Amino acid sequence: MTAPAQDGDRRPMNTGMVSPKGRWWVPAHRSEKVWFGIAFAWCMVLFAMMPLWHWKGGQNASGIRSRVEPAAFEARVNQFVADYQVGTMNGFPVVEPPPGSDVYMLGRMWSWYPILKLRKGSEYTLHLSSTDVNHGFSLYPVNINFQIVPGYDYGLKIVPTEAGDFGVICNEFCGVGHHLMLGKVLVTNEDGTMPGEAAQALEVN
Amino acid sequence: MATVLETPQGGSGPGEVFRTCEVTGLKLHRPAERLIKANAVAATVALLIGGVSAILILLTRWQAVHLLDPVMFYRVLTAHGLTMLIFFIIFFEMAVLYFAAGPMLNSRIAAPKLGWFNFGLMTLGATLCEWMIWTGKADVLMTSYIPLRADPLYYLGIIFFAVGALLVCFQFFATLVIAKREKTYEGSLPLVTYGAVAAAIIAVITLLHGAATYIPTFFWSIGWMSVDPQVYRMLWWALGHSSQQINVAAMVAIWYLLGALTVGSVVLSEKISRTAFVLYILFISMASAHHLLVDPGFSSSWKVVNTSYFMYMAVLASMLHGFTVPAGVEIGQRLRGASQGLFGWVKRAPWGDPGFSSLALSIVVFGFVGGITGVTIGTEQINIVVHNTLRVPGHFHATVVSGTTMAFMGLTYYLIPLIFRKKVAFWRLAQIQPYMFAGGMLVFSIFMSFSGGFGVPRRHWDIGFTGAPFEQAFHPAVDALMGIMALGGLVAALGGGLYILITVWSVFFGKPFTEADRVPGAKGLPQGITRPPRPVTVADEANLPTGRLGQAPGTMILVAVFLAAFAIYYFANWKLLSFVWKIG
Repeated sequence: MTAPAQDGDRRPMNTGMVSPKGRWWVPAHRSEKVWFGIAFAWCMVLFAMMPLWHWKGGQNASGIRSRVEPAAFEARVNQFVADYQVGTMNGFPVVEPPPGSDVYMLGRMWSWYPILKLRKGSEYTLHLSSTDVNHGFSLYPVNINFQIVPGYDYGLKIVPTEAGDFGVICNEFCGVGHHLMLGKVLVTNEDGTMPGEAAQALEVN
Repeated sequence: MATVLETPQGGSGPGEVFRTCEVTGLKLHRPAERLIKANAVAATVALLIGGVSAILILLTRWQAVHLLDPVMFYRVLTAHGLTMLIFFIIFFEMAVLYFAAGPMLNSRIAAPKLGWFNFGLMTLGATLCEWMIWTGKADVLMTSYIPLRADPLYYLGIIFFAVGALLVCFQFFATLVIAKREKTYEGSLPLVTYGAVAAAIIAVITLLHGAATYIPTFFWSIGWMSVDPQVYRMLWWALGHSSQQINVAAMVAIWYLLGALTVGSVVLSEKISRTAFVLYILFISMASAHHLLVDPGFSSSWKVVNTSYFMYMAVLASMLHGFTVPAGVEIGQRLRGASQGLFGWVKRAPWGDPGFSSLALSIVVFGFVGGITGVTIGTEQINIVVHNTLRVPGHFHATVVSGTTMAFMGLTYYLIPLIFRKKVAFWRLAQIQPYMFAGGMLVFSIFMSFSGGFGVPRRHWDIGFTGAPFEQAFHPAVDALMGIMALGGLVAALGGGLYILITVWSVFFGKPFTEADRVPGAKGLPQGITRPPRPVTVADEANLPTGRLGQAPGTMILVAVFLAAFAIYYFANWKLLSFVWKIG
């Protein structure tokens, strides 16, 4: 508030408990105006970052999204496993699809199916869905998280940028066995070999 | 304090009486007072149930203790979420609505009997839900995402509660009409009431979404119709997040109220503060879209438009309040002589008044932790590394617990003498309670967020994955982080327990508060009551600084620090995101 010329012009300094009398739509304090300007400019920065990242950034949640009947999705997953299975691990099929292809992972109470074996630096379209309730796809330790909703196919273009053994944690509550829901994604080096440490730890038959 | 005017006032029915509060000069309508008391007591009962649940959850997620079995864990988690976020907070907000329309405007409230009907309906609904949850018929967590199914009575309970709350909002609007018509106040609504109006309007929007969610879900649960799981998520969050916006609006209104009561803080300009409340009403409902940022059912443009182009206008509103509230305190303090240097007003603030310390802690933790993390993790792409990890509860415990709940607690230390007319029991404990609660919660939120940064999931019974087909171990730091988180949580729980002890003891066994108790330094009474801030005059404006930073230079510095912290955190998260796999 700039110093007014006359007492009659002074705005009363009232608290928020008091009814302001008369016309209170008067110019704001100078400091309020300054802060308003700064805050608004900052909101514009926030504003710009999301479209900018869609344009220039490497991580977006757009995906190829469609509705899918749970049974139809399950059939695609089974076909996918039949086509590219290379082994089994703890009773789960290990599937190694060719780089560039569509790959599938099904969340259901309480497992992720199947185990994916991908190649570092190659692009895949990862289709995620559920045949029962909501699940949460959480890739550890990369920390990529997506919501899995039954009846919806979330197709995400992914490029693994590191080789190794990754866990898939369910991070949406899906019933009492929620904590048992642990899957796997294996990523090989560009030449198809597993990095030393991970290769020893994993027995793929 | 109070001289009771046992005479019916004009415009009120027979038997309805007012008393005048000698501290604030407000005229209190007795039926309003009784409704405020009933709703505050119900809120405290809910807080107790939610608080005990919180401790059980904490002691389970702390892997070294791992107290509950999975069935009980998810059951208690369901109870904790619903009891705290819905029952505790909304009961308290009902008390605030009765207060903001009745006593604040010196008015009688509309249809007190309807108020009791509403209270009964809400209590019935809440009881029904608790019964279903604790008997194991609703192990669906608070969000109850379809197709997880609870007993139909659970959904019915929520519907009853919501209808009751909706009717209280209409009763609130009717009271505003009465006050206007009976000319119980002059000029415009006080800012605090204006903020409560914003909260009530958002509540109506929220509760209508609640109806659109739970009525079809109820019919789905008895097999009459189908509900799409993705549509459910969208509608549920239009309820679930918007209800947190009722809290924000109510909390900010309470900030203005506590500022006025404790240090006589001034409103810099009615225009800015009121415009900010209008921005909440207009834009904050869209904020619920940020729960769906990595959902398959929505396009990126839908997500970006709703979370950015609309929500940031609500963020702007919060940043405005985040300036005007502390600046109002600063100028209020300076007008009354505490004007030395940049921060003399902080130093000379009544830190031993739990109303004031709650206000300050609520603003700082809500803004610096809750606000900054919330805006950042609500960014479409950043949400990829955040969704459903512990970073989410890490954020909202800083907003809704150390922000909203802390503000409610601070107000309670004034409600006990002014409405319940009792002295605050265990005064020394009451003075340290806000520090324990906010301090514990601060540690809890920060370390929970750090754990979430390692990908630790929220709502998860066992991150040791016992019995899973593979072995999975989290980063070794996680154990230590979650241990510290648990300690912070326990301190906060102790602070919450103290609050319940103090309020229950004061109300039921406390010493009555009389005018003779109002001496400076008296135990059991906040400083704003024993030594209310003196009214300011035009002459006091000579105390205000005239430098380049304006009349509130200290606040200018504080908000600059805030903005710097915000920018660092925000861009650090983009950097973090850039390290993960290419995805799109």
